[in-house]
Amino acid sequence: MTPVRDDRAAALPTWLRRAASTHRTHVLGALAALVIIAAPVPPQLRKPVERQVSVEAASFAFTPAVIRVNRGDRVTLDLIATDMVHGLYLDGYGIDVTAEPGKTETLTFVADRAGTFRFRCSVTCGALHPFMIGRLHVGSNTLLWRASALALLAIAVGFAESRR
Amino acid sequence: MSWQLTRSRFVTRLLRSRWPQLLARAAALGGFVFVILSGLLGTPVGNRNFSIIFVWIAWWALLMLVAVPLLGRGWCSICPIPMPGEWLQTRAVLGPGPGWQERPQRRWPRALRNIWLQNGAFLLMALFSAVILTQPRVTALVLAAILLLAIGTSLVFERRAFCRHVCPVGGFIGLYSEISPVELRVRSTEICTTHTEKSCYRGSAEGYGCPWNIFPASMTTNTYCGLCMECLRTCPLDNVVISVRPPGVDLFDHRRRTLDETFKALIMLGSALLYSAVFLGPWGWLKSAAYSIGSAAWWGYALAFVLAVLGLIPSLFVAAVWTGNVLSGSRHAIRHTVNHFAPGLTPLGLAAWIAFSLSFAFANISYLWPVLSDPMGWGWDLFGTVDVRWTPYFMPWAPVVQAGVLVVGLGWATAATRRLAAEDRAYRSGIRTAPIAAFHLVVTGLLLWLLVG
Repeated sequence: MTPVRDDRAAALPTWLRRAASTHRTHVLGALAALVIIAAPVPPQLRKPVERQVSVEAASFAFTPAVIRVNRGDRVTLDLIATDMVHGLYLDGYGIDVTAEPGKTETLTFVADRAGTFRFRCSVTCGALHPFMIGRLHVGSNTLLWRASALALLAIAVGFAESRR
Repeated sequence: MSWQLTRSRFVTRLLRSRWPQLLARAAALGGFVFVILSGLLGTPVGNRNFSIIFVWIAWWALLMLVAVPLLGRGWCSICPIPMPGEWLQTRAVLGPGPGWQERPQRRWPRALRNIWLQNGAFLLMALFSAVILTQPRVTALVLAAILLLAIGTSLVFERRAFCRHVCPVGGFIGLYSEISPVELRVRSTEICTTHTEKSCYRGSAEGYGCPWNIFPASMTTNTYCGLCMECLRTCPLDNVVISVRPPGVDLFDHRRRTLDETFKALIMLGSALLYSAVFLGPWGWLKSAAYSIGSAAWWGYALAFVLAVLGLIPSLFVAAVWTGNVLSGSRHAIRHTVNHFAPGLTPLGLAAWIAFSLSFAFANISYLWPVLSDPMGWGWDLFGTVDVRWTPYFMPWAPVVQAGVLVVGLGWATAATRRLAAEDRAYRSGIRTAPIAAFHLVVTGLLLWLLVG
């Protein structure tokens, strides 16, 4: 067994063998990180449905500020501005709607991208306008889970690196 | 391992010449005065006013995403704030010239020769930031007050006492400049110690004595070097060099860290966490409380902010260090140990601020185009961009980059903490650093939840 492994190693360029030997922790860490990044997402079992959500916009806040839907759902957001003109721009989907006070405007889309997306006011509505932000969760937030796993890996690599 | 940029004659001449720096600073001063004017005279609508968009979005993004991580105190080298005060202090615009002698001025009070004032100034600005970041007039008044304070300090105290001890921005730039891959150092400390004139510190006809009051030979970190280039000009022995080095080596220097520096790192980390919750979170009541200065809600917010930044977060860090002490049977004084492990907070804090600034800046940078054409909000259209619509840039990718930056910051902080432990035999123990790594992990987890969750 051993000679076979040596032959394979010898087939690698010298610089690569040296780098792999010197940075073993980093190489293993990078491989583990790739596994975490590329790990497949479990399929969604719930059937897509129609969802209608009323979103009230007033005083630099959306209510509800956090909306949860499943991937594939057909979502209709009814934007109701109660104090002045507000907009709703959805990050990641790049769609936008504006509502005048007293009028309800709708924004319909298929939530075909999974993850967490910010929605923000798109019409200048006062001093805190740039910070008028809500969250739309579509299915599970795989980015957060992957990042959390990578954070644990970063700790492990940090410990392993300093042991060498 | 480092590569000397000043080996290039062109680079050395460029840095020694006063003209490029003067032109850059003069342009920055012009911009600074214009920001104050546009804040005072322009529209009160924040995202239609040059002062808000230029300072808190364009300049801030450049500072936190480019200048500090790559150049450390690069901004300080062209900062216009100390410029008018220095002109009055030195009675010269371009340089000292032949026969120049430093005018005797008061030394900065001994009790304040630290960065506690900078910590306090940053915290004070942070408490009012919901108003400062959104109201052009308030931004203008704050910047004007900073300028006047810098001038007043230069007239009373020697050299750049304001930059070194008061500036609320300079404090955190200094902290995070330790990560930067650029450094100014002396080539040989022996040459400096045998050089009797010490022109780098005292000044000469070629340049002023170090405005930051540092003897370059004693400098082992970037923290207090403002990259003003005076020592490069005054050293007659070509012993001052600027180099590119591996980032973050300053974290492991052997100078004794002090409690004010530790608190700077904790205040910055805590502020990044709280800013992410207040400004980028979905909680409208929190934004309203931060904005309604003087109301009961604001007092509650301010109290909670101060308690969190000065009490809760430092207490958790101290508890982590103390737990490590107990588990490893160490008898080191807790204060010494806390300061020893504080540099591990630096990469974590910088990553937190980069992640925070990424979404904040890229979501709002498109406000810059109309504002460039109509900086006052008076209906001008100088460059034909006034009707460019607000469009968040980079948003589909921002969370991915934010998560990556936070994870890298955590890995770096962990490795730095472990190395700090390994460099001192008294701290050698895996268990010793585990609670500190857990503290880093909890902070990173909170940031991930706030920014990409």
